[in-house]
Formats: sequence, structure tokens, C-alpha cells
Amino acid sequence: MRAIYILCIRQLKRYSRSPARIVGSLGQPIVFLLALGFGFGATFARAGAGNYFNFVTPGIVAMGILFTAVFSGIEIIWDRQFGFLKETLVAPVSRLQIVLGRVLGGTIVAMMQGAVVFLVCLVFGFRFGSWLLLPLALVFTFLIALLFTSIGTAIGSVLQDMQGFPLVMNFLVMPLFFFSDALFPINGLPKVLMLALRLNPLTYGVDGLRGALGHAFAFSVITDFAVLVIASLILLSIGSYLFSKIQL
Amino acid sequence: MSDIIVVQDLVKNYGDFCAVNHISFTVREGEIFGFLGPNGAGKTTTIKMLTTVLDPTSGALRVNGHDPLHERKEVRRSFGIVFQDASLDDELTAFENMDLHGGLYGVARRERAERSQMLLELVGLWDRRNDFVKQYSGGMKRRLEVARALLHQPRILFLDEPTIGLDPQTRNHIWSHIQTLSKEQNVTVFFTTHYMEEADRVASEVAVIDQGKIVAQGAPSALKEQTHSATLEEAFIALTGHGIRDEEASSADHMRKMARVWGRRR
Repeated sequence: MRAIYILCIRQLKRYSRSPARIVGSLGQPIVFLLALGFGFGATFARAGAGNYFNFVTPGIVAMGILFTAVFSGIEIIWDRQFGFLKETLVAPVSRLQIVLGRVLGGTIVAMMQGAVVFLVCLVFGFRFGSWLLLPLALVFTFLIALLFTSIGTAIGSVLQDMQGFPLVMNFLVMPLFFFSDALFPINGLPKVLMLALRLNPLTYGVDGLRGALGHAFAFSVITDFAVLVIASLILLSIGSYLFSKIQL
Repeated sequence: MSDIIVVQDLVKNYGDFCAVNHISFTVREGEIFGFLGPNGAGKTTTIKMLTTVLDPTSGALRVNGHDPLHERKEVRRSFGIVFQDASLDDELTAFENMDLHGGLYGVARRERAERSQMLLELVGLWDRRNDFVKQYSGGMKRRLEVARALLHQPRILFLDEPTIGLDPQTRNHIWSHIQTLSKEQNVTVFFTTHYMEEADRVASEVAVIDQGKIVAQGAPSALKEQTHSATLEEAFIALTGHGIRDEEASSADHMRKMARVWGRRR
């Protein structure tokens, strides 16, 4: 337990000490929020689907969490290249504790980044359905962050260097984001796209977050919760297994 | 004196390539043991296997009476290591790096603080303890790594080219501490180096490894005698030949280059 706590705190320290990174990774969500949130607003309203800005905010928050989480997991590669990973691997603690510490730290970092994005959305005009559901939103924030930090950890355990990073961004993270319900509602989509969305765990994360922030759930809160918990556990197990196989 | 490190018929293959080829040697407790060899001879691979981060293809290992393959925790508790390349967290301060290490090794909080102070004073970094490691020079980082490796009072200290790239002042400084430590606390030191006069000066026993095989072992004086050489460097060349060895650049080298090009703040 001690090692988990220590490594988790380490990541929080690193995060809080790099304001450049916090602000820098806000850029992308803000661009999406402003361009899409205001750009599609009129069309969305004409179609009778309500306030697009309010609709897209949970998607943008999920985007902030997704990117930060995958990157936190992948940080293993940096630690491997710049050496710190060795220091943890020769320590008398189990690999499981090390990986859990890392994942937990990355999860909290991604949640904080999600909170920062959410604050920005509030500033630009997002209105809550009900403050009472905020704890539920936190639960979904946690699950999204945990899931994607685990994916990042699994990838970071396998990749030897950052050469593969663009591959991960363009063939995993971007599709995960765009083929989810982050930017558009799931109803009335072509069959293939609908299937892709249903297979994407982020869809359930965004749906859960959207429900918790005052919109209607496309699935149900139970479905969203169950899918995310199961997917997180599976990916956390895969990530832990791959991490435990790292040799120097 | 008992044998604290025992290596028997150790082999490590990477595909067709044999990095370590049936080597056997022992290191006695309290000894300063120099593990010498040209680039790519298998020194670091051997250290990785002794320190539980790489599994051998075959052979038997004993570190402080435990098997690195099956009793990892016991083995890890018994050694401290200074790796060939950096292993500090640059974004933390020197003191935080020490504290994190102590935490991982289960050193009690009070003792951790006391020993951190004592060791940082020993390597002359106490005044800079609250600086971020990224502001440290290469020599300061090395000294910090030595201090950190000693924090949990290991029985064995592994040093993989600990003085590479350091000026003579820092080298002497580091070695005099290590020698004192070895003498006063009976810590076994297992080191690799390319500086033969350094090995000659500090090691009581050396082994020379070349192309994955041990070609000689004994006291530096015995090796010189055996090869009729005046210095250990001559003896080393007599044993391993004049050919220049190529070592493939690791992906870490590529990464560092990339990081420099992109100017990532580290």
C-alpha cells in the first residue's frame, strides 16, 4: 500500500509542478468547445435537439480526461527512457503495487484535468442540470480516467520508445474520441457507426457524464456504470500484466 | 569470509545472440570487486540479471544467499545500485528523490530523514537538497545516486560505470566515500568501469569479461603478473585484444536526441 501511495503522490507532484502542461493540454478542448459548441448551436437548436453547448460539454470534458489519461499511462515510456522506471523496478515492492500506484496517480491527474476543462466550460456558459448529481459525475469522471490510464499503461509497457506515439494518437485516441457520442447524439446514426459507438467504452463514459450533468441518458445509468467498471477492470488487468512482464 | 555473490554457468541469449556465455564467478563479502570488459562484453547484462530486472536464459545465481529469480524481494532489499545511465526523477528535488527511495524500501520516516541528511552531507549535496534534480550537473546527479543507493543500508552496492563522464575531483571524491564505506560497514562493492587505473587502485579482485565469457579473474596484481604487464590497462588489452567493439545505440540514446531536438522541458 505504501508504494502505491508514494508513486501516486509523485505523479500528482509532477502534474502540479508543470502549469505549462496543464494550460497546454487545455488548448485542444477549448478549441473544440468554442468552434463546435457555438458553431453547431444554431443548427442543433433548429433541429429541435436543444442547447448544443450544454450537450457537447460532457463530451469535451471526457476529451480532456481521455487525452490526459492515455498520456499519463504512456508516461511509462518517458520514465523508461529517462531512467526512473529502473529505480522502481529494483525496489523491494511488487510490480502490481508499482503499476497500481502509477495508474491511480494518472487517474487522479486526468480527473483534475477534466475538472479544469469543466471549469472552462462553466465560464463559457455551461449550465448544470442539478448540482445534486455532481457526485455521480465524479464517479463517471473517475471511471473514464481509470479506464484510459489503464489503456495508456498497457501501451506504455509494450512500446520501447516514443516513435510509436503518433500511431497511438491517430489510430487509438482520435478514433476513440470521434467514434463516441462526445460530439453527436447516438440516436439515428447509420448502422455501422452506431455499432462502432456501442463498442467504444468512451460512449458509455460520455453518456454517464452527460446524464449526471443534467441530460437524458441514452442508455441507463446502470448500463453505463457496469460497462465502464467491467472495461476498466479488464484493461487494468491487462495493463498490470504487461507491466509485470517488463524486462530491462 | 563467505561468498555474497555466486554466479554459476550463467547464460543470457537474445535470439541468436549470446550476450553472456556460461560465466561463473564468486564475490566475497566485504570485497571491492571490479567487473571489467570492453563495450558490449556483457557487463551490464550480468548486472541486470543479478539485480532481478532481467531473467537469465540458464544458470544459477545467488545474491546475499537468495535467488534473484525466485526470491526477488529478499534480493532487492539486500542491494543498492547506481545504474549506468540516469535513474533519478528530474522533476523532483534531491531530497524528494531520497525520500521516495526510502519510502519504497520501507525505511521508517524518522530514520529516512536522518539517513537522508547524513548521506546528502556525505556527498556534499545537503545545501542543494531542495533544488530540482534537473538543475543538477552530471557529477551532482551521480553523487545523489550514490547517496540514494545507500539509504536503505544495503549489503551490496552495484555500481555500473559510476564515474563515467566525471572529472577527476568528483571521481576521487566518490571513490574515497565508497572505500570508506566498504571498510567501515563491510559493504560489498561490485562495479564496472572503463578506467583501468581506477580499477587497479580500488579493486581487491577483478574479473575480465569479453564477448560474454570471463577471460581472467584474480587480484589486479595477479593479472598484471600473468600477462607480464606493467599496468592493468596493458593487462586488459593483452587479455581482450586491440579490436574496437561496436555497441548498438540504445533506443534511449535516440530518445534523448529527440527530446533535445524538441526542447522538452525536463
